[in-house]
Amino acid sequence: MLNGRAPDWLIQIASSLINIAALLGVFLTLFALISVLERKILGRMQNRYGPNRVGPFGLFQPVADGIKMLIKEDIVPARADKIVHFLAPVLIAAAAILTLGVIPYGRNMTPFTIDGGILFFFAVGSATELMVFMAGWGSNNKYSMLGAMRAIAQMISYELPLIITVLPVVMIVGSLNPDKIVDVQGNYSLGFVPHWFVFTPWGATAFILFFVSGLVESNRTPFDVPEGESEIVAGHMTEYSGFKYATFFMAEYIGMFAISGLGLTLFLGGWHAPVHFLEFIPSYVWFFVKLSILLFVYIWLRGTLPRTRIDQILNFAWKFMLPMAFTCVIAAAVWHYTGRGLRGWLWSLAVIAIVYVTLSTLLDTRRKFAPRTYRFAE
Amino acid sequence: MSSVAFVIIAVLTLSAALAAATLQKLMHAALSFAVMFVGISAFFFLFGAEFVGLVQIFVYIGAVAVLIVFTILLTRYDVGKVRGFSWGGVVVAIAVFGGLVWAISKTKLVSVAPSQVEPLTVQRIGELLMTNYVWPLQCVGVLLTAALIGALILVMEEKS
Repeated sequence: MLNGRAPDWLIQIASSLINIAALLGVFLTLFALISVLERKILGRMQNRYGPNRVGPFGLFQPVADGIKMLIKEDIVPARADKIVHFLAPVLIAAAAILTLGVIPYGRNMTPFTIDGGILFFFAVGSATELMVFMAGWGSNNKYSMLGAMRAIAQMISYELPLIITVLPVVMIVGSLNPDKIVDVQGNYSLGFVPHWFVFTPWGATAFILFFVSGLVESNRTPFDVPEGESEIVAGHMTEYSGFKYATFFMAEYIGMFAISGLGLTLFLGGWHAPVHFLEFIPSYVWFFVKLSILLFVYIWLRGTLPRTRIDQILNFAWKFMLPMAFTCVIAAAVWHYTGRGLRGWLWSLAVIAIVYVTLSTLLDTRRKFAPRTYRFAE
Repeated sequence: MSSVAFVIIAVLTLSAALAAATLQKLMHAALSFAVMFVGISAFFFLFGAEFVGLVQIFVYIGAVAVLIVFTILLTRYDVGKVRGFSWGGVVVAIAVFGGLVWAISKTKLVSVAPSQVEPLTVQRIGELLMTNYVWPLQCVGVLLTAALIGALILVMEEKS
């Protein structure tokens, strides 16, 4: 207590706690909002009303859902591995919330600043696989185990393109720090063209690949086979009920927020305004506007696309996503060495176009439609 | 402050390691092994080697631990069974321990004052990898590509 100031360790702990409280408050509210908005939007797309009983326009639906989840009976299977079964949802939610920490939400608004912020995001994200396995194995149920296997197979396959599409941005910026990546994208040509990476050919390609991989990592339609109801009940969540199930659900949505937040930090200029004269609007407003647009696309895709098969997903990852991701790295290098101007723009576009056309001709099998043949179910 | 943290992390890591060696169920042992990996990466963070700590989590939790649990799952039918005691394991453990002690005792201990050590930033690692260690890096790259192709050939469907 020198000079009437609190000791340093106390200040440190207090500031961490404030950061954590703010993160949890904002994103749990967003989770509640999104869960009702998603059902409303899906309802609109499928020509029906969404939830509209609780509160005005059904906006208090999450409160009702929360109470229902809390008072539901928590069933643990008799043959389950009690500790592992309990730890899986807790750890999965913890990992999802940790990844939120490194994203810059506005000017000087990064909760946890470290040198390798991007690496931190993926390191913590990659731990999720082990936790999904714990959920599947701890439940001692064949459906759970199969669901976990599927989830891990697709997560490992798409982690590769996900990380490789981040590489071009890291190469061009020369830093793994999300704040620096946002700073580099903060300039404008002619006062209205922002220097976002999505406006370069390699950036646009990488952003699309990143977005698709993000869909898979957060187990969203059209890639939600780990919980394909018609085949394996609810995948690794089969044996979970009540609040533990809600925790899985929350972790999934928070993972979705985190991956969208990282995507817009890397490619869409982070918290910068799209035109220079709109910079007076607070930076965090821009961040959340961009985040809501991305989340709307997630919901839109869910309302539009049917579920893909697991072998289609994995084939797509290894045969198309991975080569295209490598092409992005090469195209970014070409862009850098041809002067980062219009010439570099055209050269990198050429590189991507050539690889894209070659890949799609090679992968196009031009199969004729014929009666389906079964390999295992004869 | 940091010595308190050191003791806490050390106790956690060692008890996780002990649990991995003594737990009755194989799968529990594998999972506590993963906890030990987290402890080791916490050490790296404590000593300012952020990058190494992150890579430790990335590789050992994200890949090696998943590999271990899958190996157990796919090679044994009695995953849930209680394992017995084996003298062979004791011999191997003593041999490894002896080898490590021998190697450590032969090493000349270098004591450097903490202020002289530059923080190991990502930038420095990148520069060193691209200048002094570029050939080892390339060799590792070739090796890993060969491993990847080998894995693909192993699982390739044979057309008859």
